[in-house]
Amino acid sequence: MIIFAAAQILPGDVGRAILGPFADQRAVDQLNEELGTNRSVVVQYADWIGGILRGDLGDSYAFRRPVEDLVWPALQNSAKLALLAFVIVVPVAILGGVVAALGEGRFRDRVISIGGLSATAIPEFVWAVFLIIVFALWLDVLPVSAQAPDGAGVLTQARYLLLPALALVFVLFGYIARMARAGTIEALDADYARTAYLKGLPRRTVLRRHVLRNSLLPTIAVVATQVGYLFGGLVVIELIFNYHGIGELLYRAVQRQDFPLIQSTVLLIGIVYLLATLAADILYSLLNPRIRLAHEE
Amino acid sequence: MSLAAPALELDDLHVAYTVRGVDRAVLRGVTLAIAAGESYGLVGESGCGKSTAAFALMRYLPRNGKITGGSIRIAGEELMGLSADGVRRLRATQVSMVYQDPGAALNPSMRVGDQVAEVFAVAGTSGGDARERSREMLARVQISDPDRVLRRYPHQLSGGMQQRVVIAMALASDPTLLILDEPTTGLDATVEAEVLDLVANLRAELGTSVLFISHNLAVIRKMCERVGVLYAGRLVEEGPAEAVFGDPRHPYTVGLLRCIPRGGLRKDEHRLDTIPGFLPQLGEVPGGCVFADRCGLVREVCREHEPPLYPVGPGRTSRCHFHAEAQSLPRTAAPQADAAFREPDGVPVVRAENVAKTFRHEGHDVRAVDALSVAVRAGETLGLVGESGSGKTTFARVLLGLTPPDDGSVIELDGRLLADRITKRDPEEVRALQIVFQNPDSALNRRFTVRRIIGRALTKLLGTRGAERDTRVRALADAVRLDAALLHSRPGQLSGGLKQRVAIARAFAGEPRLVVCDEPTSALDVSVQAAILNLLADLQRDRGVTYLFISHDLGVVRYLSDRIAVLYLGRLLELGPAEAVFEPPHHPYTEALLSAVPTLEGEERPRIRLAGEIPGHSEPPSGCVFHPRCPRKLGEVCELEEPPLAEVTPGRFLRCHIPLEDLRRLQAQLPQGKTTS
Repeated sequence: MIIFAAAQILPGDVGRAILGPFADQRAVDQLNEELGTNRSVVVQYADWIGGILRGDLGDSYAFRRPVEDLVWPALQNSAKLALLAFVIVVPVAILGGVVAALGEGRFRDRVISIGGLSATAIPEFVWAVFLIIVFALWLDVLPVSAQAPDGAGVLTQARYLLLPALALVFVLFGYIARMARAGTIEALDADYARTAYLKGLPRRTVLRRHVLRNSLLPTIAVVATQVGYLFGGLVVIELIFNYHGIGELLYRAVQRQDFPLIQSTVLLIGIVYLLATLAADILYSLLNPRIRLAHEE
Repeated sequence: MSLAAPALELDDLHVAYTVRGVDRAVLRGVTLAIAAGESYGLVGESGCGKSTAAFALMRYLPRNGKITGGSIRIAGEELMGLSADGVRRLRATQVSMVYQDPGAALNPSMRVGDQVAEVFAVAGTSGGDARERSREMLARVQISDPDRVLRRYPHQLSGGMQQRVVIAMALASDPTLLILDEPTTGLDATVEAEVLDLVANLRAELGTSVLFISHNLAVIRKMCERVGVLYAGRLVEEGPAEAVFGDPRHPYTVGLLRCIPRGGLRKDEHRLDTIPGFLPQLGEVPGGCVFADRCGLVREVCREHEPPLYPVGPGRTSRCHFHAEAQSLPRTAAPQADAAFREPDGVPVVRAENVAKTFRHEGHDVRAVDALSVAVRAGETLGLVGESGSGKTTFARVLLGLTPPDDGSVIELDGRLLADRITKRDPEEVRALQIVFQNPDSALNRRFTVRRIIGRALTKLLGTRGAERDTRVRALADAVRLDAALLHSRPGQLSGGLKQRVAIARAFAGEPRLVVCDEPTSALDVSVQAAILNLLADLQRDRGVTYLFISHDLGVVRYLSDRIAVLYLGRLLELGPAEAVFEPPHHPYTEALLSAVPTLEGEERPRIRLAGEIPGHSEPPSGCVFHPRCPRKLGEVCELEEPPLAEVTPGRFLRCHIPLEDLRRLQAQLPQGKTTS
């Protein structure tokens, strides 16, 4: 409903936007008639909701194709990018956070904490431009565009996606590392970590079995909420790297006031976000025996 | 002493913490030895260095702590200069530690079995063998169903059970030395007694030496053969437990022992002694005797020359120039209370009738308080005792209007019906009922100054403002013996005792009729506790205020209370004059509670053991709620019928099927709670 309302409030005339400023007014009216955009807002809304409930996302105004055909490939592309970014950032950031925590207050902690925070504070498009300049233009080792040629293998695709993924890694590192650091410091301070040390366990075992197991729980929740960001916040990155993901699709749809497409993409992003958060909650409770077994005596 | 090397030898041990770049000494030249198989108690107030000593000899000091001198030998092996591997081997084989709060000491996300098995894994046994030995170990700490417990996570076990598991882990490596640091603090009296019995039995069985650290002198008296008294990082007195507690030779020990309300001391007969002043600041090194500033016997020589450890008897030493006179330490308070308490006039201030509170918890009804009827008379102290989960705090919250009771509950103030919720009570009623919490840290807003905290209470409760408010703040501070200079400080800058005074001043701001004191001294050291108890008694004497006093410390409750109510699973089991409740015949539950508490006199009393644990509230036992654990259960009648709360002698109520005469006869066979000092 909110998505629908927001899309409708956008100023401008759909037919005019598609046909351009110099088109004949009659042609514009006719197009509006065809698309149904001259009907009342309420009727359009009912139509749209009805369509979604039947599994029909409607037709794109601008591309003259069913929205489904546009959205699914874009979503898959975005998922690939998000997956790569995740595979890189999660282990690196957790490791960074844990290393920082183990040296709390020392030099390496400062470097990781301040570095991570700074990296996060810099917007992703700045990182993107920076990475392009360094790796694509100066060193010329990676392609500027993220879009691999059709039919490329997994590795080639990954190579193409590396730069945008790295830009995302920089942005996410700070968040995740900070959570991992905080969780680890808390667990290191806990009595059970002391118990483990006083049992005479080697430090490695204490960290692996007693500290990390407890410290990474809150981190998992943060990681999962970032999945939403990875899908929704990719507009700029995908544009810069000319990658046909859901963010880029959304951008083009907004440009052309393609309501069915805007609504569907935003809805999908919302659903992904919702599922990610749900998955995080479920995972958290599965890993945390205090929640999992709350109902056993 | 046996032929084996002593389990522990500390020789001139110095430990310091680095605070803002400066080393501050915490332990200064502590020398002591624990023979093989011996049990040694270390006592002293918080901040004296007890725990630091324990962690130093586990070689587990915080990052800013370091051993600056001396030597530590465990079973003859020198610890100083040991490599990290050596330290680990030592922890794995020679020395183990158990500390307060077993819930935190266990890893919440690992099964108990895996945690116990780890100890064996370190020693080289793993897999099925480790599992089998874990099972044996749990059986050894008297866990009746080890297999089930091994599969549990810590949060699924009760506090007593958790502490057994921790003890099992500590003893699994068959250490030479077991360090127990406040192992029963925070546990209920009956659970504490069980854990202490267990430790004593295991020690006899395994021959482990024990270093027992506690602020509770009676526990040390019961558990230890020898004691050392630590003050400001110095050992000030040492000797056999019986001798040190029976005939102390250092003014600090004398003072500590006098702070404790014991042997049936009561507020109207006896003010408690306190130890004036404060522990020296961390790292502050007085030139002479460490205790000089707080000592009533201090003379010129004490400030100039630190006394050596004088031998004062067989195996005894005291670091006091005037150890022979230690017991003539002047009292800080007149032993005789100066003015009389107003006789409670029998008119109830607050009357609760049929008060019940049922919580809905995961689909079960949990009866926290069940049909409780009691009247608190003007000017009296009603003590509320019972183990955790007995409904004490819930009942207090219901009275205050913080927790709405079930329908049908009646609460009256001066004969007028009170609304369920505090928001529906008029200002006068809110003012009349106030509370002092256990933990002043969380009860006071740490961003406000003391003046503002007390002033706010005045404005909110009485509408006092401006100069009038200022005068009243001063008067209140004066009433709780809080120096006016402290009004500008914030709670963070005050010690625990001072914070509790602020909390008391706040509670008294609205001239309350009844003040609920919910474990107000549990978090405090004994000398501070004594001062707070004196203050509460003074306020009652001067203002005729009524207290509902909740505490798990029976000595404290007995000191302050006129009448005592004993709660179990939300039911009132016994109610009567304080003295009568402490004298047989009692309700079997009261009897068990009393027998669980160790005394300073160390007399051996037969312990009444309670079977099992407090049952869950969701399925309260049929009949008498206490029957599943009652050692004196008659038979079927207890299971089927709940006994009425009968007035057995004037003013004394018991809820038990056993006739009073039978109880008297049964309990007369055991010397009970009657203690003299």
